[in-house]
Parts: sequence; C-alpha cells; structure tokens
Amino acid sequence: MAVSRADGPAARRRRAGSWRGNQLPRVLHPVAWWIWALAIAVAASRTTNPLLLLLILAVLGLAVTMRRGDAPWARGYRFYLLMALTVIAIRIVFRVVFESGVTPGDHILFRLPQIPTPSWYAGVQIGGPVSLQAVLSAALDGGRLACLLCCIGAANTLANPKRALRVLPGALYELGVAVTVALSVAPQLVESVQRVRRARRLRGAGGRGLRALRAIAVPVLHDALERSLRLAAAMDSRGYGRTGNATATSRRLTAALLLTGLAGLCVGAYGLLGTSVPPALGIGGFTAGAASCIAGVILGGRRVSRSHYRPDPWRWPEWVVIGCGLASAAVLCLKAGYNPAALNPELYPLHWPSLPLIPTLAILAAALAAFVAPPPPAAASLDATAPQAQAGVQTFAGASR
Amino acid sequence: MIHFDKVGVTYDGSAVPVLRGVSLRIEEGELCLVIGPTGSGKSTLLAAINGLVPYFTGGTLTGRLVVNGRDTAHNRPRELADVVGVVGQDPLAGFVTDTVEEELAYTMEQLAIGPAAMRTRLEETLDLLGIADLRHRALRTLSGGQQQRVAIGAALTAHPPILVLDEPTSALDPASAEDVLAAIARLVHDLGVTVVLAEHRLERVLPYCDRIVYLAGDGTATHGRPADVLRRAEVCPPVVELGKLAGWDPLPLSVRDARRRAPQLRHQLPETPPRASRTDRSDPAGSPALKARGIVVRYGPLVAVRAVDLTLRRGECTALMGRNGSGKSSLLWALQGTGPRASGTVSAGATAADPAELPPARARSLVGLVPQAPADLLYLDTVQAELARADRDAHDARDFRAARDVRDVGANGQRSAGVIALAASARAILDTIAPGIPSDLHPRDLSAGQQLALVLAIQLTAAPAVILLDEPTRGLDYQAKAGLILALDQLAACGHAVVVATHDVEFATRACDRVVVLAEGEIVNDGPAATVLTASPTFAPQVAKILAPLPYLTVAQVAAGLDRVTAS
Repeated sequence: MAVSRADGPAARRRRAGSWRGNQLPRVLHPVAWWIWALAIAVAASRTTNPLLLLLILAVLGLAVTMRRGDAPWARGYRFYLLMALTVIAIRIVFRVVFESGVTPGDHILFRLPQIPTPSWYAGVQIGGPVSLQAVLSAALDGGRLACLLCCIGAANTLANPKRALRVLPGALYELGVAVTVALSVAPQLVESVQRVRRARRLRGAGGRGLRALRAIAVPVLHDALERSLRLAAAMDSRGYGRTGNATATSRRLTAALLLTGLAGLCVGAYGLLGTSVPPALGIGGFTAGAASCIAGVILGGRRVSRSHYRPDPWRWPEWVVIGCGLASAAVLCLKAGYNPAALNPELYPLHWPSLPLIPTLAILAAALAAFVAPPPPAAASLDATAPQAQAGVQTFAGASR
Repeated sequence: MIHFDKVGVTYDGSAVPVLRGVSLRIEEGELCLVIGPTGSGKSTLLAAINGLVPYFTGGTLTGRLVVNGRDTAHNRPRELADVVGVVGQDPLAGFVTDTVEEELAYTMEQLAIGPAAMRTRLEETLDLLGIADLRHRALRTLSGGQQQRVAIGAALTAHPPILVLDEPTSALDPASAEDVLAAIARLVHDLGVTVVLAEHRLERVLPYCDRIVYLAGDGTATHGRPADVLRRAEVCPPVVELGKLAGWDPLPLSVRDARRRAPQLRHQLPETPPRASRTDRSDPAGSPALKARGIVVRYGPLVAVRAVDLTLRRGECTALMGRNGSGKSSLLWALQGTGPRASGTVSAGATAADPAELPPARARSLVGLVPQAPADLLYLDTVQAELARADRDAHDARDFRAARDVRDVGANGQRSAGVIALAASARAILDTIAPGIPSDLHPRDLSAGQQLALVLAIQLTAAPAVILLDEPTRGLDYQAKAGLILALDQLAACGHAVVVATHDVEFATRACDRVVVLAEGEIVNDGPAATVLTASPTFAPQVAKILAPLPYLTVAQVAAGLDRVTAS
C-alpha cells in the first residue's frame, strides 16, 4: 500500500484507472449482495410501518431492475413478488376466518356467519365479526413477511446463488459442490419425466394410477441414478476430492473439532434463548462452539489444495454496498435519534402512520447500492437469448432422446 | 507412456474376466484406437488407464498398469487427474458446472493451478478447439458437437500428457463428429498428446491413427499397426473391406489411399452395378401406407418442420437424413401423432385415419415409433415381463385391429396379410429380429442393440403398417448394425413401410431404398438411395467416393460385380 501511495503521475494514473475500472461492467461480489439484502431484511423485520415497508420494497425493486443480469436466475424476482402478495393474502384470509374476539374500540367491517365449534376446540372461533383493526394488523404483519421474502428474492436475483457458494471456506467445499450438483439435478429430472411420459404414449399407455407411475418412475430414476454415477466418475477423474498432503490424523482432528463445535453452538443457542439456563453458560457454550468450528474450518481448509478461476474481486463498491445495507439495519435496530414508536404505529386509535425522518433516510441510503454497484456485464445477454431461442428444441430433443 | 503388463479385470459377481493377460505399451504421442465388438471390454480398458476400474466400478485388477511412471494400484483416479484426461460418451453427464468457462476451469481448480496460469491456459484451449465464441454460454444450450468439444477442452486445460476418449462422436452428426475428430487429430499432431480412443466409426479416425488395439471379445487383446490388425479383425470400415476384397497390400486406410489404387479395379468392374441393398425388392410402387401433407411443427418462434409432404409406401425403407436439429425427430414424432403438429394432415392405413386424433393405443397400431432412447419404454424387471406386457396390450387392442385387418386385406390383396406379427407373439417377433436374447435378463442389462431389438419387437406387436426408428444406429457396433439391417430387410419384405432417421451414411446405403434429406425443416432432396447418396460428396459412402464415377455404393455390390465378371 505504501508503495502504491508514492506520489507521481504514473501512480495517480493507476489509481484513477482503477477507480474508473470499478465502474466497468462486472458482476458485484455475490456475498456483498447477500449481506446487503440480509441487512435490509433485518431492517424490515423491525418495523410494521406500512410507509417504511413500501419504501423498502421500492429500494429492492430499484436495485433489482438496475443491476440484475440476464441469466436465468435473474428472471425470478416477480415470482418472489407474487409469493409475497400470496403471503399477505393468506394472512388476511386466516385472520378474517379465524377471528378471535373483538375489543370495544374496534371498527367492525362486516360479520361472517359464525360456525359453532365443539367444546374441546373452544380456543378457536370460526366466523364472527371482522374488524378493520384485525385486517390491518394482519396486512401489516404479512407485509413485513413479504418484505423479508422480497429481500431473499432480490439477493437471489442479483447474485448467482452458485457463485455465492464458491466463497465457502475450503473445508466446506464438498458441501458447496453437493448443493450445486443437487441444484442442477432438478431441471434434469423434470426433463426426464417429460421425455419418458412422451415415450410412454408410444406404447399406447392409457392407464393412470400405479402402473403409469411405475412406468414413468422406473426409467426416470434409472436415468437419474446412471447419470449421477457417471457424474461421480467424471468428477473423480477430474481430480475432485484430491486430498493433497492431508494425513489421516489431521482429517480426524478436523472432523472432531467441527462436531464438538456444532454441539457447543447448539448448547449455546439453547442457553441464550432459554430462560432456565444461566446466561453465562449460554454465552460460554456459544463462544467455545464457534471457536471450535472456526478452528476446524481453518484446519480443514489448510489441507485443501485448490484454486479459484476468476474469483470475484472485492473492491470499494462491495464495501459501499454492504456498508449502506448495514447502516439501514443499524439505524432501525438501535432506535436512537427518533421516536421508536413510529416504527410500529398503534392501531388504537386508528390514524395515518407518520414517516419518521431518520429511518426513511437510512432506507434510502440502502438504495445507494443500486447506483454504486457496477452494471452487470452485457456478455450475459448471450446466455439469455440462446436458451430462449432453443428452449423448444431442447425440450423436444430431450423428449425424444 | 502407458504400460499394461499382463492386466486382467474381473468384475464382482462375474465368473469370466472382461480382460485377461493384456500386455501393451502405448508410446508417447501416439493415437491409439481401441476396437472390438460391444461388450468386449473397450470401456473397461479405457477406464483402467486412469484407475476408474477398479476403484470406481469395483472388481479386481490383476497385473500391473503403469501410466506415465505411476502405478494405478497406488493412485486413485483423482490423483491421476493431472496425468490422464477423460472424455466420456455423453458429455452432458460429465459436466459439473453450468457454463463453458467454469467447466473448462474445473479440473485446473482441483489441481490448484495459479489464477494467472489458469486464465492463459483457458484462453489457449478456447482457441485450440474453436469454442471461444461459446465461452459464456450455458452448457445445456450447446449442440452435441459443441458440448463434446467443451468436454475435451475441460480435460485438456489441465495439460495432461494422456487423453482417453470413449466413443466421443457416437451421438453426433457427421459434421460435428468431423469437428471433434479434427480437434483430436490436431492435439496429437501439434501438442504431442497421447490419445487413446474407442470409436465405432472407424472410417473417420483410421487415417490418423498409429496403433490399433483389437479386443476379440474373449478378454484378449492384440495390437499393432492399423493395416496389420485390420487384416485379421472382423470389424472393418468399407475402405478396408474393399482393400481386402481387391487384395491390396498394404491395406488402404483412407479414401485417398484407396482411390490411388482403384483405377485397375474400376476398369474391371461392370458399368452398371448389381442392386445395392436387398436383392429381392418389393415393387417400388408399393401402395401408400402413410400420406402426410403440409406438416408444420413449431416450438414458439422456432419452426422445426416447414410444410413437409411425404408419402411412405409399403415395402420401402426410407432413410431420413440431415444434420442435428434439422427437424428429423420432430417430423417422426409428428407423423406418429404423439409429437406436436401445428398444421398439416396425416392419413395412415387403409382407413386413412389421422393417428394424432386417435387414442395412443390405437395410434400405435397404425404407426409405431422407436424413440432415440429406446430404454425409456422399458420399465419391467425382465425381458419376459416386457414381452408379456406387450402381448397383453396388443390383445386389448385386438378387436379394433381385427376389424382393420379385414378392411386392409380387402383393400390391398394379400400383401397386408404378410405384415409381421399380425398374430405373432412379441417373443416370436423378437426371435425373428434378434434371436437368442435370454428371457430372464433385466432389460437394462441388455446391450444397446438388444434393447433396440426389444423395443422394436414391442412396437411391432401392435402390428403397425408404418414403423419409424429415430437414430437407431447410435451406439451400435458393426455386428449390431448388420443385425438391424437384416431386421429392417425382413420388415420391408413383409410389407411394412420403414423410416430410419440416421446420420450413418454407410448404414443408409446398405439398409435403405430411398433417402430423404432434411435441412432447416424442409425436404431438400428425396429420391432413390443410389442417386441421392452419390449426388453430394458429404453424403457419399466411402465405396462411392473410391469408385466414382462408377455408381457403386457397397462392398457387397463390388463383390457381386467382380463375380459377374469372372463368371462371364
């Protein structure tokens, strides 16, 4: 660092170049997007203020529309939005149907016919009066959940989930590969089922039911098994799982450390959350478990000799992205400098929620990520057009193969 | 480079060794071709080189196998990844990642090659195999030939001195296969990579190869220079067969070699050759079994088949040719009625019914289709159970069929009475087309050729007048192909209309009377096999290339021609 700070035109040019270089189209580090999205999720979980929740949705939407690529996983955001709407709807419907009691101040919207429930089921009441307050609180709770969903959706849309797995520490590499392979199996299975169903009709397959199920399941499972064996053979012959210079003892030690670490974490979590265990024990167990896990991961990582092709760089836009995400989470968690009641507006008496200034600014700050992150590379558009044009043929070729 | 010392392999639960006493030394920079009938242990031999046999497959390996100075007894496949690169038959099954670039980098990542070196090697490999424009593409969207080249590239980036390829072109059309083989030849000549290759289409690789290992089928292996080994081997490409027939020495390995020796032979042969395929042909103007008019198949914006008219006649075997993605499969599926059809009409059988409008069970008794993966139709535990199932299905449909047969016989005289399997059981049909398949075997344990025969028999049990086969020659060796040709001959002789979609020119020459060439969903050529196949150099069989301008297509024809000369 000291060397590169040396003043001189060349160094200045280099710095300027690297500054501009960051804004060349490239993929932002997937972990940065995940941290950003999770931080916003934390912020969203702190509030039921509808204005703030809408603002958060707007920020997510802005980032997604500005910075998503053209790859298949980047086209899923509207499914998350749909899912979010469904969540809100389900919550409201449940609240309306399973109404439990009305307080005197409630504004009654309408009454559903009441269905008498047996005495052993007395806790739940079906039907009855539906109040505006109940519907609103269900909608706000649902809205918060919907926001969390959209955060996960945004992370998945902005960052290739498989690339995110690549940053797992070396010791957990096998786990990452297992997940990656499992992810690619699902579409293959769907294709297999389509192909076999088609082929089955060639045999005059009318019947439904058990026989049809068997006629489809047997070839498909057989295919899947065969394919996974071939994949395993291919991975083996391409060097997957090379142990390098690890000895049997170091491997055993790694496993022992990880196991005890996980046990420690469990005990610690129980201690921290439960009330019957002294907090000291909880904190102690948690720290010891975490330390043991980290030691295991480091030790396991040391025996792994592997390199990464074109690792995603971590430059200043990554720092800014996670910074602005974490800032908004911190502001909403700390509740300092503004009236915390504004985050969760009262429903009694019913009033229009206010928009607290500081949380608003904090959430708007998170939107900065959309501008700071470099634009996604255009080369990905090749990916996008090709499968669309070929999709029909592919399925068909698959179907008839 | 690779040293087999009395290597024997026996799989668990099998009494007979797959390989025994194989001693063989493959030198650096050689292209070594492994040939032999299906089941003779080609894949076992190849997989033993990087230790997949026996570490991965199980079984016992006796003797010593040393690869680049490392004994496979002490090195697992993953430890040999820097020495041996492996490319399998189905590239898609071996891909670990999603995109071309990541796939190419995968082996290097496992070998912990530094990022800078990784980057340069990857760029070089992209250029070497001509796949630079595909670098960001998703692997699943590539064509078969492109996928196979990516798989080769993925094995190459680790710079292994040895490359092992198990039938890399078996799923490809001739042009893509040519690309892949050209890439392999380039590796051998420019980079000095030692290549061990198993390949059914000998004729394509023979000109490049330095050594042939011939597995006889009893576990033993003989090896030597190509011309020497092929003189004794039973499986030979047409160019070598012709050389044997004409008594040329040394045997020609390429069309060019043979062409230079051919003038005298051309002089000897009669101007008009004897019939190419079946000698006992049914009349060329057989009654139409299926009429298709204006068939259009489209998938969204993509038009796979563009207004195709096709009439299939009884007793005629038609080859449907064209590159991958030219609409062959789509056309077959549309004709059968199961596949999508945007417009057009199909009328099959004496009732001129459209199979697409009938329930599947009745459609298959008009038009039968054997798909590209025949095993998709098999789901029971034994061959016997599959055959019994087929018989029951046929029995269920019998009432309908009996009615139709009466009409058929009325309309076409005695010919349709000859259609195989009007009353025959599935077992009887199977024994006609491929005798001697044990009843108690699991269908998945059959060889590719036997599976095909089983499915063909099952489809024939429904007694369709039209039978369509989608790429049946894929993965078949010379013997299995010869068996299939016999079976198709019988079907045609019995009055079936047969259509075979195939890439295999030599097969089409021997099996088919008529060739239809598709390009971009349109019929670009349709006519007698002899005319169409000799019209263009790409589609011409080897014998035609050697003996042009004489219109000979097969070695059998040449033999018959020579007989006629000596007799007269």
